[in-house]
Amino acid sequence: MLLWIAGFIILLIKLTIVLGVVLFLAGYLVWVERKFLARLQIRYGPNRAGPFGLLQPIADIVKMITKEDTVPDGADRTFFLIAPAVVALTALLMFSVVPFGKDITLLGQKVPLVVTDLNIGLLFVFAMSSLSVYGVALGGWASNSKYGLLGGIRGAAQMISYELSLGLSLVPIVMMAHSFSMVDIVQAQQRYPFILFQPVAFLIFVVSAMAESKRIPFDLPEAENELVAGYHTEYSGMRFGLFFLGEYVHIMVFGGILAVLFLGGWRGPFLPPVVWLLIKIFLVALFMIWVRGTLPRLRYDQLMTLGWKVLIPLALINILVTGAIGLIFGG
Amino acid sequence: MESVWEAVKELLSGLGTVFIHLFRKPITEQYPEYKRPLPERARGRIILTCDPDGGERCVACRLCSAVCPVNCISMEGAERPDGRRYAPWFRINFARCILCGFCEEACPTSAIQLTTDYEFSKTDILSFVYEKEDLLVNHQGKDKEYNFYRYSGVTTNYGDKGEHVGESKPVDIKSNMP
Repeated sequence: MLLWIAGFIILLIKLTIVLGVVLFLAGYLVWVERKFLARLQIRYGPNRAGPFGLLQPIADIVKMITKEDTVPDGADRTFFLIAPAVVALTALLMFSVVPFGKDITLLGQKVPLVVTDLNIGLLFVFAMSSLSVYGVALGGWASNSKYGLLGGIRGAAQMISYELSLGLSLVPIVMMAHSFSMVDIVQAQQRYPFILFQPVAFLIFVVSAMAESKRIPFDLPEAENELVAGYHTEYSGMRFGLFFLGEYVHIMVFGGILAVLFLGGWRGPFLPPVVWLLIKIFLVALFMIWVRGTLPRLRYDQLMTLGWKVLIPLALINILVTGAIGLIFGG
Repeated sequence: MESVWEAVKELLSGLGTVFIHLFRKPITEQYPEYKRPLPERARGRIILTCDPDGGERCVACRLCSAVCPVNCISMEGAERPDGRRYAPWFRINFARCILCGFCEEACPTSAIQLTTDYEFSKTDILSFVYEKEDLLVNHQGKDKEYNFYRYSGVTTNYGDKGEHVGESKPVDIKSNMP
């Protein structure tokens, strides 16, 4: 009984720390993105609130919390109110299976440095990532606005399409690691990170992950110059903030998953494991911002062509090749 | 296959170009600390200038208020005992003014002029109504020399008919008989 309580307390502490760190980093990722993107566009970015604009996320949060929380006339109130929570919650839940270090021993008890080591961790990530479509689609539909609806429809179509290639690109990883558990996948990369064996899967995953998190060049659901702001047109205050938070947590989650699946997770020399994981997440985020600064938005048909005619066949071929090699060489 | 290579090449060159920009100095002008030097004829807050002798230039001809596209200028005209016209009151509503500069172009006496001052925003809209004493300044603005009554054919204390700058004596039309 005592052991059970101790385990529960440890879990709570882990949850609190992970949640706090993720939310904090997501807030500062916004700052990093604005600053880095500004530099890419030879601007300064935020530099008024605090030194180097470091207090900008706090100022933004204060602004969003104190703003009026409006619900448009004729909106489906229930769905309108829960949609942002769905987006933020699913994004945060995805982080619970990302391992950030080796097991440590605390008070004679083994404490794995992951919130939950699900044996279907990868499937859980996909389930959550699929559920966040509901947030987008419901938010767009419930706001009783043509822009919101169009954004929601686009978001649903895009995210369902890219979910497929995202999932398929990771099948070879599962084949090589013989497990769906994120912890085991990191374990399997003890000697070489999987990016060396699976560069194609890596590319497909990066493109699909960008599409999943609705980043430029795949930001059709929010396309400012056609749809005002897409599915979150009608949202204000902290509800808009939750959509925003969800998007940035999404970036971090995909950075984390990318790091875990292809870059060896928390493995790395000299520095502590958590730092390595954070460095890898940060690099992935920087790359996403770099791409955002470079590419224009895709057209809708280009998006669908890329998803269905390029990425999915490529991922299927990749599975076949990996399977064949595994069969021949007994990998 | 060739088009794929083409696409990859373009993608990488684009990423490279953007990356190079990371090391450029930002071209942003940081406004409150750095104020861009404005051209002399930049259009900002409106003033009423004086002639070189110190008298006010405005003769209340109403050309500025007539040409104003947003009707933000209003005034009343009157005449001094010496024959010189002036405006007892002159009002510009800067809440309406679009700083188009038509008034300055229309003004025959160079009285109404636009300055380079654009930082006069306020939170109270009523305080944007500028009266004559707010508008009047004691310098010549952009036109240093001009004094309307030295050139005009009007009889004032600057001179009688034919005594103004560049003006010839009045012609006795009866002496021109053939």
